[in-house]
Amino acid sequence: MSKPPDFNRQTILMQSERGFKSEIIAAIPLTAKEKLFHIRICDPCERENFTFLPGQFIMIELPGCGEIPISISSSTSNKEFLALCIRNVGKVTGMLHRLKAGAIVGIRGPFGTHFPMEKMTGYNVLLMAGGLGIAPLRAPIYWANNHRSDYKDIIILYGAKEPEQILFGYQFEEWRTIYNLNILTIVQKADKRWPGRKGIITDLFGDIHIEPDNTFAIVCGPPVMFKFVCAHLSTLGLPRQRMFVSLERRMHCGMGKCCRCNVGSTFTCLDGPVFDYWTVMNLKEAI
Amino acid sequence: MENNEVIGPKSRDRDTKGAKIYRFLKLNSFDELEMDYTRSYSSPKNYFLPFKEDLATYDLRDTGWEQEIRYTIHPRIIVGMRACDINALLKLDQVMLKSQYPNPYYSARRRNTVIIGLDHEPLEDCFCRSMNTDTAFHGFDLFMTDIGEKYFVAINSDTGYMILNRFDSCEVGEEDQLLYKEVRGRIESKFKTQVDITIVPELMDLEFESDVWKRWGDKCLSCGSCAMVCPTCYCYGIEEDIDLNFDKATKRRFLYSCNLLDFATVAGGHNFRPEAHIRLKYRYYHQFRGFVEAFNQSLCVGCNRCGKACLAGISPKAVIDDLIGTEKR
Repeated sequence: MSKPPDFNRQTILMQSERGFKSEIIAAIPLTAKEKLFHIRICDPCERENFTFLPGQFIMIELPGCGEIPISISSSTSNKEFLALCIRNVGKVTGMLHRLKAGAIVGIRGPFGTHFPMEKMTGYNVLLMAGGLGIAPLRAPIYWANNHRSDYKDIIILYGAKEPEQILFGYQFEEWRTIYNLNILTIVQKADKRWPGRKGIITDLFGDIHIEPDNTFAIVCGPPVMFKFVCAHLSTLGLPRQRMFVSLERRMHCGMGKCCRCNVGSTFTCLDGPVFDYWTVMNLKEAI
Repeated sequence: MENNEVIGPKSRDRDTKGAKIYRFLKLNSFDELEMDYTRSYSSPKNYFLPFKEDLATYDLRDTGWEQEIRYTIHPRIIVGMRACDINALLKLDQVMLKSQYPNPYYSARRRNTVIIGLDHEPLEDCFCRSMNTDTAFHGFDLFMTDIGEKYFVAINSDTGYMILNRFDSCEVGEEDQLLYKEVRGRIESKFKTQVDITIVPELMDLEFESDVWKRWGDKCLSCGSCAMVCPTCYCYGIEEDIDLNFDKATKRRFLYSCNLLDFATVAGGHNFRPEAHIRLKYRYYHQFRGFVEAFNQSLCVGCNRCGKACLAGISPKAVIDDLIGTEKR
């Protein structure tokens, strides 16, 4: 029997509320507090149709526990699964960390704006991450690799608190050699075994050459980092609309309804989480 | 009409001064309807956005879970809504129906509710005229204005027309029109409270660091009463419950307030709005600036319910007047 026509747009109305049932296919510990979850949408047809752009986020739901926004940190061309890097910090994330492969969760999305990778064609790309901020940057890194010839030099600057807290360190060599990116890391505190640099992320600016007229910057990290990094980049002469930051707020819906992510006159879930720096510096109390 | 749920203004109690406190409640008979009510304590928005609402239920099993979403409701009739409340619904429609992600729960209730509006003479502190919400042109089925012996009824839908046909009605005559104009004129002349909001959106930016916010914010108790009675506040939170046998779970939405302490607290404990005056400022910022930017109208409808409900005596008129600098100090 064929389905009756959808007069009241029920399927459209429902989709953003219902979401997709998904299976955790792997939960890989990265550090003491962070795990990388590989999540696959159960229904093959839905999995095929699910598309997202780098920088967007999804809402992941554990029935009976809660629902949280998590940025997608896998390649947009990966149709098999979504990778989510989650820190054990609250109620839902704590419960997620106890789950093993095979558990079923719900996801809704993708929501929000994306890093405008299409605008960056022909430019150098500078990606800067602090701590967990590397998670949402993995999607643009994969994107840049898939379209490597579209971009000129790609530099990643990554700052962490301690060497043990560096995320995806095992991939850096691959990114450097195969992806042809330059990646520099710095940590705030380290003992003698750490061979690299010590300090904060802005210290790395001395090691690289930035062409202000020819560069796009993507910044993701704690709020304090945006302030210093973006201020430094604008003194170098980088136009503010070519710097993109990804904000983090409390969210309950992802659809601009619950107002919890309200920043100034915008909502982080609809107008963000990716904002250009010009917008962000003119929003009240954004960073 | 007998088979549907009818909601109307009913007096529930008396306040300390002996004045009646009204609320929109289910009517069991026509006698319970009090057409001469002054102002309902909480707004009828709760019949569209209930305080608590189950969004979905989950059937939990060893192998996974099944989600069930239900949002059909029985048809409902709301009698006696004020023009400001109808305008408040139109503003909510902008967010809930006309935005990128329409809300099915709100949509189901909105489509299945017949609204019969009722004009009234403004109270002491109503400032809906200043907010341009003292008249409703659409968003209702019937809108009644008392013109003495009769009601002057505006019909805005076929459902409204069908309902009206059951009553003893007649065509509008020339005399009735004159009477209606006279009544409208009288209502307009009776507005005592005025709030000038033309420059407020800009002032919100200019006076963002003003000590006006600190002064009013220090009074604020962060209780969230204002948002609960407001006809347009729609902020909410989501909680999920699991029952004691671990076989059923519920996802529930509950109305929230941007004045509550943990409104913007993220996991890990960082609060983006840690102080009462910042939260109060943002409540006004969203109503008079953020919403204006998004939809070219302010979110406030000027009913002053929040001013009445506030335990600390913060009224929107006083805050805005203070902001504009017209309040005598």
